[in-house]
Amino acid sequence: MRKPTNNVSIKRNHQVDMGQVQNMTKQSSRRKAIKTLAATTALVATASSLPLFGRYSQAEASEPIKIGFQVHRTGIGAAYGRWYDRATKAAVKKINDEGGINGRKVEIIAEDDGTDPKRGAEVVEKMATQHGCDIAFGTLFSHVVIGSAPRAGELKIPYFVVSEGHHVASGMLNRYTLQPGITDVKSQVQAMAPFVSSSLGKKVTMIYPDFAFGHDHRDYFSAAIEAQGGQVVAKIAIPPTESSFTKYFPKIPRNTDVIYHVMVGPAVLTFVKEMGEFFGNSRPEIFGFIDSLEAVDLASPGLEFLEGTYFWEGNPRYAQANQSVYDKDYRTAVGVDANGASLSDSKDVSTYAHMFGCWETLHIVKAGMEASGYSGPKDRAKLIEAVEAMTLMPHSHAHPQGAKEFNGRTHQVFGHQYITKVTNSKLVLAHTTSISDTYYPDEVDYTKQPF
Amino acid sequence: MSELKKSWLLHLGIVALLFVLQFVLPSYHHASMARIMVLTCYAMGYNILFGYTGLLSLGHALFFAAGMYGLSLSMQHLEWLAGPALIIGLLSGVVVSLTIGLLLLRTTGVAFMIVTLMFSQAGYLTVLYFGEFTRGDEGLVIQQELRSIAGIDLSDPTSRYFAALLLMTICIIVSLRVVQAGFGRVLVAIRENNERTRMLGYDIQRHKLSAIVLSGTMSAAAGACYCLLFGYAGATFASVQYSIFPLLWVLLGGAGTVLGPFVGTLFMFYLIDLSSGLTTAYMLIAGFSLVMLTLFAPQGLVGEIRRRGLRWLP
Amino acid sequence: MELGPYIILGLLEGLVTAAVLSLMAVGLSLVFGVMRVVNVAHGEFFMVGAVLAWWIAGSIEGNPALGFVAAMLLAPPLTAGLAVIADQLILKRIGYDPERTIVATIGLLYVIQQLTLMTFGPDARPVEAPFNNRLSIPLLEWTNDGLALYWPWGLGTTSYKIAVILAALTLLVAIWLLMTRTRYGLIMRATQLDRETALAFAIPVNRVYASVFGLGAGLAALGGVLIVPIQQAHYLMGHDPLLLSFIVVIIGGLGSLPGTIVAALLIGLSDGIISIFFSPTLAKIIATLAVAFFLVFRPQGFFGKRAL
Repeated sequence: MRKPTNNVSIKRNHQVDMGQVQNMTKQSSRRKAIKTLAATTALVATASSLPLFGRYSQAEASEPIKIGFQVHRTGIGAAYGRWYDRATKAAVKKINDEGGINGRKVEIIAEDDGTDPKRGAEVVEKMATQHGCDIAFGTLFSHVVIGSAPRAGELKIPYFVVSEGHHVASGMLNRYTLQPGITDVKSQVQAMAPFVSSSLGKKVTMIYPDFAFGHDHRDYFSAAIEAQGGQVVAKIAIPPTESSFTKYFPKIPRNTDVIYHVMVGPAVLTFVKEMGEFFGNSRPEIFGFIDSLEAVDLASPGLEFLEGTYFWEGNPRYAQANQSVYDKDYRTAVGVDANGASLSDSKDVSTYAHMFGCWETLHIVKAGMEASGYSGPKDRAKLIEAVEAMTLMPHSHAHPQGAKEFNGRTHQVFGHQYITKVTNSKLVLAHTTSISDTYYPDEVDYTKQPF
Repeated sequence: MSELKKSWLLHLGIVALLFVLQFVLPSYHHASMARIMVLTCYAMGYNILFGYTGLLSLGHALFFAAGMYGLSLSMQHLEWLAGPALIIGLLSGVVVSLTIGLLLLRTTGVAFMIVTLMFSQAGYLTVLYFGEFTRGDEGLVIQQELRSIAGIDLSDPTSRYFAALLLMTICIIVSLRVVQAGFGRVLVAIRENNERTRMLGYDIQRHKLSAIVLSGTMSAAAGACYCLLFGYAGATFASVQYSIFPLLWVLLGGAGTVLGPFVGTLFMFYLIDLSSGLTTAYMLIAGFSLVMLTLFAPQGLVGEIRRRGLRWLP
Repeated sequence: MELGPYIILGLLEGLVTAAVLSLMAVGLSLVFGVMRVVNVAHGEFFMVGAVLAWWIAGSIEGNPALGFVAAMLLAPPLTAGLAVIADQLILKRIGYDPERTIVATIGLLYVIQQLTLMTFGPDARPVEAPFNNRLSIPLLEWTNDGLALYWPWGLGTTSYKIAVILAALTLLVAIWLLMTRTRYGLIMRATQLDRETALAFAIPVNRVYASVFGLGAGLAALGGVLIVPIQQAHYLMGHDPLLLSFIVVIIGGLGSLPGTIVAALLIGLSDGIISIFFSPTLAKIIATLAVAFFLVFRPQGFFGKRAL
């Protein structure tokens, strides 16, 4: 049912495959020739000027690996960007403290994308061609990722995104774009349907932003809840930039069992507060994506009515009773307290459900570079192949959110999803989905695309 | 040398300079310059209406987006090739600007500003409303292998650069011809004194409409080419912000000068790019620079040059 | 929800929007009317008002009402002071040239946003309302026993929202008195009508300009303070109110305060009502096109005397 657009692009990719496969064979024989040539040159160089060559290779080995970090410092994504920045710095510090990657230090080169797809693309260009970055990495908002990915593909720079959009796995991007550190919205949403229908109710009203991210929620959840015997009784799409919401709530049908809400942007707190004011004491069950309250203090005035409601969380914001040592260490490293706020300012709430993706992605980059013996931009294709070859990622210090399974064909990772319940103004874990709850059939095979 | 000759020499000289730069620019600046040239065409389109005719539009993103979506939707959903799709992009620009233009003729001054703003806002919301086809804010990607015309791969840096240069050259020539022809002089007369021009017997409405359509079509051409050369179309480009940009670029470079849009676009790009390399608070630098410019170069950069000597600059 | 109660709810929500919008738009209208410049940074003064309110309310201990009252008293004058400085440093020096003012105020917008981002941060931060009770609204209906009250499902508002409407009303009356009953108002109107003649009558036009710019910014800031317990302070919050108030000023007719207020009511209420009958985004498209077509057929706005 999902959009002809992707099917079209997939079909087209197949059409060109044949020609490019031939190209590839040609290329690989050329590559072989170049390799031979290079080996000979190296041999000659070694023989003729050993000290000089030695110094050169040493210089290369001690040079840092440069990771271009595309970050929302300004624009509507800035609240996320700041925490993506902190998680990234913490991960890089840990990696460097443990000896770096292949013996080389990691250096982050951050550039603001202004949460704008045009600037995003420019920044990726800058990383690839001016800063000489080995890879590009980062960013959450889907439009920035989708605007930047074509340039990454053309410049042949691996682009690791932490966006939770379905754009990577849908096949609309390219072989150089990967999302190994965070699950995508399609898998998150459909994994929620069994819990919602069995624990909360069958008749669901969805409230979501009227743009692509919201439409993904609408389409995938509707399908999934129907598969569970439930039904979406109303779909309320809120226009972006809306700042008052009460006028939309009467569209919620009276027979609604559960409200499913997801909202993004600076007005999220207004949205949730006004929902509480609308219902007063007689609310239906409420299930929301934490995006609706990401970076917002649950103890904010007006949120009391959320007591007893449920949230999807990519990673539980509050330290849970069964907290793993991995989560504990990760929290400390990033500078987050047990309530998900900054250690230095308890009012500064993190984007805990998303930012782990930066930490985990950087660890995957490290693993990929080590597996492929990455030594410089010429090994970029090998790096991507090494990441594509990854499958199971166990719960560990590198993966504090939980175990994951990477699908190399679709460049998308799959993992556990958490459902928490608001209890005494804290989010307490109520249910953890299995990884297999989040699977869906492949929509693309990037490994068939040439580099 | 006559002023006419001088101005042709200067502008073609700049085109030649940009041609030569293709071979020497480092790759980052090479790619950036291609982008700047495409956006310059957007600003040049804007300048026809604002700089020469004196009509301040706050809704040019509508025309830019018309070109962008005319091209991308026909490629994505009708599976058209890039060449015909580019023509569709241009035609969308003509149709949209003609329709809106006929309505706009009833307004002047501030009402003109608001009406353009409102139509453009409605256009932006329409892109979101038809998310099933446009993918709303996320937007569409035009796959690399489809981005070629007559066998020329436009995703290749060199051909992209030349395509952008070609587009900009066309826009420069069109602008120069307009400015030098009687048509352009009537536009300037309308800007300076609407009533007097009417009394001289010129059909103001027809001239205004032509200016709107020309301006809208140039903007649409820029939008379509941007999408084709960089492979992405998204609702952001239809938002208010992208209506303000050409106004800013034109004012910075010099409204009512042919080269002003280029200088303004170039200046603003590197202002952001270089200051963001210095500090994360780069908007502070950008903001201060804009204020300083209004204080010390009130006519814009090229306007200032014209004021201080080169009075013949078109 | 039934249609009747829904419309009442839509009207109430529309009134809150209209209340804040009219304060902001009156500020913009004064600046636009008297000084003939478009202040693109007007929305930033709204934002600065909200951010200052958060800061003032947060630094005063005790009852949230105390902090809020302090914010109402302090934030607008502080913002007005900022605006006067900007006027003296920048606008005065460029001679209030309309085009240069646009670029200069865009520059000012960048500076204010970046400074806010660096100090206040990127988060949306709430301010607690001085009082905020949910009020259910009863309606009358005929039953077999005659008239009776009933409480329709979902029909309600908060005491704070009612207070915002009343506060805006009071302030608008005060401005009207200021404009029509005081010497300051007279001077302002004289400057608006004819700058040269005002100069000839020894009216200190530059000082009038500075004070009008400050007053406009103060009104925007007041709107920001009033809205911040309902919405939150955020460094990008000025953008949409700027566009809306700009529209309101033009629809009302340039320089006409009653027109501005009528237009604010119309825009606010229609936003609330149209959203009842259409899907939200479609409602926005329709409302936007309605404004466009209104101006196409009446470019001078409601109370404007001629096209400008």
